[in-house]
Amino acid sequence: MLNKYPLWKTLMVVFIVAIGALYALPNYYGEDPAVQISGTKGVQADLSTLDAVKDTLAQANITYQSAALKNGQVLVRFSDYKTQQTANESLSTSLGDKYSVALNLTPATPEWLASLGGVPMKLGLDLSGGVHFLMEVDMKTAMGRAQENMIGDFRTNLRSEKIRYRSVKESGNGVEVIFRNVDDLASAESLLKRTYGDYLFVDNEDKLSLKITMTDAKLKETREYALQQNITIIRNRVNELGVAEPLVQRQGAKHIVVELPGVQDTARAKEILGATATLQFHMVDQEHDLRAAVNGRVPPGSFLVNDQNGQPQLLKKRIMLRGEHIIGAAPSRDQQTSRPQVSIDLDSKGGSIFSNATKDNIGKPMATVFIESKATGEKNPDGSLKFTQQQEVISVATIQARLGSKFVITGQESPAESQNLALLLRAGALIAPIAIVEERTVGPSLGAENVQLGMQAILWGFALVLIFMMVYYRKFGVVANLALAANLVLIVGIMSLIPGATLTLPGMAGIVLTVGMAVDANVLIFERIREELRSGKTPQQSIHHGYDSAFSTIIDANITTLIAALILFAVGTGPIKGFAVTLSIGIITSMFTSIIGTRAVVNALWGGKKIDKLSI
Amino acid sequence: MQILKLKETVAFMSYRKLASIFSIILIIASLTSLATNKLNWGLDFTGGTLLEIGFDQPADLGKIRTVLETGGFDDAVVQLFGNPNDVLIRLGQRENLKAEMLGNQILGVLEQGTGQTIDMRRIEFVGANVGDELTEQGGLAMLTALICILVYVAFRFEWRFALGSVTALAHDVILTLGLFSFLGLEFDLTVLAAILAVIGYSLNDTIVVSDRIRENFRKVRKGTPEEIINISLTQTLSRTMITSLTTFLVLLALFFKGGALIHGFSTALLFGIVVGTYSSIYVASTVALGLGISKEDLIPEVIEKEGADQEELRM
Repeated sequence: MLNKYPLWKTLMVVFIVAIGALYALPNYYGEDPAVQISGTKGVQADLSTLDAVKDTLAQANITYQSAALKNGQVLVRFSDYKTQQTANESLSTSLGDKYSVALNLTPATPEWLASLGGVPMKLGLDLSGGVHFLMEVDMKTAMGRAQENMIGDFRTNLRSEKIRYRSVKESGNGVEVIFRNVDDLASAESLLKRTYGDYLFVDNEDKLSLKITMTDAKLKETREYALQQNITIIRNRVNELGVAEPLVQRQGAKHIVVELPGVQDTARAKEILGATATLQFHMVDQEHDLRAAVNGRVPPGSFLVNDQNGQPQLLKKRIMLRGEHIIGAAPSRDQQTSRPQVSIDLDSKGGSIFSNATKDNIGKPMATVFIESKATGEKNPDGSLKFTQQQEVISVATIQARLGSKFVITGQESPAESQNLALLLRAGALIAPIAIVEERTVGPSLGAENVQLGMQAILWGFALVLIFMMVYYRKFGVVANLALAANLVLIVGIMSLIPGATLTLPGMAGIVLTVGMAVDANVLIFERIREELRSGKTPQQSIHHGYDSAFSTIIDANITTLIAALILFAVGTGPIKGFAVTLSIGIITSMFTSIIGTRAVVNALWGGKKIDKLSI
Repeated sequence: MQILKLKETVAFMSYRKLASIFSIILIIASLTSLATNKLNWGLDFTGGTLLEIGFDQPADLGKIRTVLETGGFDDAVVQLFGNPNDVLIRLGQRENLKAEMLGNQILGVLEQGTGQTIDMRRIEFVGANVGDELTEQGGLAMLTALICILVYVAFRFEWRFALGSVTALAHDVILTLGLFSFLGLEFDLTVLAAILAVIGYSLNDTIVVSDRIRENFRKVRKGTPEEIINISLTQTLSRTMITSLTTFLVLLALFFKGGALIHGFSTALLFGIVVGTYSSIYVASTVALGLGISKEDLIPEVIEKEGADQEELRM
């Protein structure tokens, strides 16, 4: 029989739309402005914290909806943004630096829905307000570091095998080792080749030199590693800022995107994110004359650095320890002199390097060098950014005993300075400097306005289309309208379900456009049905042929648009991506609702009955 | 209800010379405008700083300009944005990257100079090389999209249709870009998104028409290619008009209700849909016809099971 759907097909349509509606539902409840209090430095918030929070709020006369302890964090909900702000301020001052207080938007989804995994859609920064940074990693420095590591490694390897060499130095984008005789060259080459399979070796017996460069694969791997490492470190730093739901993501070969919803204090955010601070430890060069060095005769193997008072210091070039081994740093005070200092913890590798390096140097002075990289604003010929390194000796101390994985450095002038230093060190040393190349800040008022305008546009567009369809296609128009509504519900439901999907202003425009275009499929079908009716077919036959012959057209038209949307998603960034996400989801859901969905309704209403006239 | 009651086939293709001349003139005009006026590239592409500021009362643009000038920002462009209280300030790319600090500096200067409380609505700073990359990426996105579509259509239909639809797409994109350059509207990332959406939309239209042409080549026994194209265009005309109309309605809602931030977006789409509708009728079919599309190109390969089923049912 014509125009009958098997029961399972109808049920499937109902089921899918119902699931979509269920997961779209959290958006109806919206989000509460909230403040989230979590412990720093391994401290967890507990019941006493909760009491302290309640006391503070009561004292400041701030009304709140609820305050609860969950997963070692206290969450306080408020009814509006103003109260949230004042609460944030009074809580930050009263709780001190043991806790970090962050502004947050918490879904007001009811318990039963949340337990089914229901969450509202994530809003992009243009809708929620906040800061967006695009950072560029200085790959030149990253590669330079890799080269330094190569040199160090080759030296140690050759030494431990007792192969004598004349020199190991940088050469192009690799390393060149010069030997005293051909035998050494040969045995070194076979030794190194065994250990370093992913390097390229070129020997030159006449010059007694061995050139070692990275293979393309190794080069790529090194760059990837530098980027990944920087992302990890920036993530740590973002966590130090206490931002709820931050986003740290790579973009392309050397860029990192950081989005901090709700953050308004961009200056502090930038200071923490952008600064690349690390420590390096060097022995002070006592064998050579400082004054001669200042006058231009710097001995090879040593270099000059100023200290905090602008006095030059002559240090050995060899790095005893790099900042990347620092796993913990905390401000403290010297028990006797009560001067500020920073206690440092090293990882086990760093601990053993450091203990080896200090054991032979007891009684000698060691300098702690603070290194900060900043973008100069100028560019290299290849278009990448130029960075400068500022080095400063922050302390020179005599090594009293063999140092292990725990020690302190002194030389800070104020507790605030030692705290800042500790924060930077704890957040980790970036493998290569980064520069902020793009920054977008959206105020919270604009965000709210954008949401409102976007919603209005969607509702108006939707209403206009509904009215038009109903007038133009009568009962069939109503069916198409049902499909449109179901389509909207499905888009919202899917957007809420997909973890990575974020609704942005262009995304809202994408939804509006999908509404307009989703109608197209039904127009195609209905026009076909009218054509069939005109050509004298019975209503049942007309419905059948109408759907059948419009099918391939709809598929072809939608797939081509989907191709365009997917390409946008793949190459696009920011607003383009937001637009592409809703458009692709919308195309898929609209194919479902306008072909299968309307058919189910049409079949249920008209299928299998004897009818003379169709309301189309 | 019915908007169009067409009893007879409209001889669309007899006007194709006229339409071609019309299109060519528009394309030349667009290209000329693009060459002379250039595009008014937005911050996303040029780099620089942009601030949107809300005052608590209607803003005095003259005063803001003087305040900024005395504050050392003499290249600042100040304009109203959306409503009389909101002001948009743009600054060109600065030599050194300190530009990232500019936003806060300007806010300070303005707050002091005007004595009004300022609501910071939006600050954007984009380095120039990010812009370069974006321009490259945007162009690449457009090119990839066109190529993939070309391949798909050639695979599903026939190469003449593929060339026809891609010509129509290029036509629409050039005209929309031309409009933006002619009116001096700002071309930013959202406008780029809109143009890509125009590609999607116009394609949708073109495919529907091509699909019907293909079907009629198989179904209609007699008739020249020109007649068959005319029949197909007439049959799809009411669908084309209705879909364009509903989409247009929705975009009008976006244009009037969506706020100043997406004006460029909705402008591009509104125009793009008008052009896209026209091009799906004239450009794509004219090109396919000009390339000598014929019955033989379409009949042999296509009869699939689906078609066979339908014939049975019709009897």
